[in-house]
Amino acid sequence: MPKLPAPPLPSALKAPPPRPGEENGKATPVDHAKEAGITVVDWVDERTSLSGAARWLMFRKVPKGTNWFYTLGSATMFAFLSQAVTGVFLAMYYRPDASGGAYESIRYLTNDVFLGQFVRGMHKWGSTVMVVLVFLHMARTFFFGAYKYPRELNWVIGVVLLILTMVMSFTGYLLPFDQRAYWATIVGLNINGTGPLVGPYLSDFLRGGPEFGATTLSRFYAIHMLLIPGLLAVLIGAHLYLVAKLGTTAPPWQKAESRSELLEAEV
Amino acid sequence: MSDKHEKQKSKYTLDRQIPGAFDGETVTRRRFMTATVHTTGAIAAASFALPALGLALGPIFKSTPHRWETVGTVDNNYTPVVVTLTPGIGNAGEATVYVRKFNPEIDTDIYDRGKQFIAISNRCAHLGCPVRWVDAAERFICPCHGGVYNLLGVPVGGPPVRPLDRFYTRVVGEYVQVGPRFSVNSKLRPFSPRDPGEPLDGLGQYLYPSRPGAQKL
Repeated sequence: MPKLPAPPLPSALKAPPPRPGEENGKATPVDHAKEAGITVVDWVDERTSLSGAARWLMFRKVPKGTNWFYTLGSATMFAFLSQAVTGVFLAMYYRPDASGGAYESIRYLTNDVFLGQFVRGMHKWGSTVMVVLVFLHMARTFFFGAYKYPRELNWVIGVVLLILTMVMSFTGYLLPFDQRAYWATIVGLNINGTGPLVGPYLSDFLRGGPEFGATTLSRFYAIHMLLIPGLLAVLIGAHLYLVAKLGTTAPPWQKAESRSELLEAEV
Repeated sequence: MSDKHEKQKSKYTLDRQIPGAFDGETVTRRRFMTATVHTTGAIAAASFALPALGLALGPIFKSTPHRWETVGTVDNNYTPVVVTLTPGIGNAGEATVYVRKFNPEIDTDIYDRGKQFIAISNRCAHLGCPVRWVDAAERFICPCHGGVYNLLGVPVGGPPVRPLDRFYTRVVGEYVQVGPRFSVNSKLRPFSPRDPGEPLDGLGQYLYPSRPGAQKL
């Protein structure tokens, strides 16, 4: 007895096919929770297209022979980030008052505040670390010839960043306002003054007057924590953009591979 | 040259076949709008940038009034007295001045004639560290970079580029008063006060001009 085909059902009575992604049953709250992160990232990316920029910046091709020396730039940037973060919290306690308040606020921060000595130490030693890293990064760039065409502009930006880092060190040195800070700054200001023609005006500008005065300290503080960090952040952004745009160089000892079979084939 | 440039030779927008052009109009409205927006933006930026810049640069041109401070008894030997250069900030605004009576046997330079007292700043003419008078050596000696000066404040060793600065003195009643500072070159000729490290001999006085706000006494 041959089996007869079942009569066709009206489409309204048919069980609906599973929706895409629901082959294993409907999504439970647990499934939603598991995908919360992706959902949020998707939500942002759908509205900003940032993932493309992030991929462009982070998943770059690097030349063969890339080694640990190539991390010095990132190390410098993290030193800057560390300085920025610790500096923000030090600013919560610091008082740029030349008549004794500055020294007292640093004394209080160092001796009495919980972790104050530690965070101040990170900022103080971190500044030295940052200067050392800047110079190591610069030496790497120089000895690997990574400043050559088309990367000259990035070298120029890097030199400006070096100068700004030194300005940060100079202005930050005064802030504890102890004997060493005061006299080192007097000497530093007078070194600025020895520049012909512009020197006297430059040191007057830095001091805010003919003599070391009440506003010299607040001037240094404003330059140290507002003016230069802003410039540094902007220029680091430009520096990074050019690195991502132009790519990195192979180390000078890396030989281009000559594939003999290809050369023969072309002949 | 293409025809495009040939056609745009006329300065009138009407001749250049620009839609909506007026008779006698030479600047397109798009161009005019662009210039207006740029000018407005520049004025808006300058209206906050220039005052801020002036605030930062103003102290260069500010002139501070002369201060006269009465000091104690002064004899033929250098007596260190502390004067206030910047009031209101405690020790950071103070400086030491070495004062002694005028001695016609030592102070033979023509610029010193007629003075009653010699007041010498302790600010080293190299980079501004505090020098001290050492009796045994009869020298001013700087702790930072080894500057050495003789009794007149003229450098005899180390890196200083000019003699130690001096202060005007005057006698009011029976008190000696120390007034504003002035700088001297190697012949002890007086100049408006300069910062340390700035030579005043030869071209130095032109390479290191005095402050715009410096007042003559």
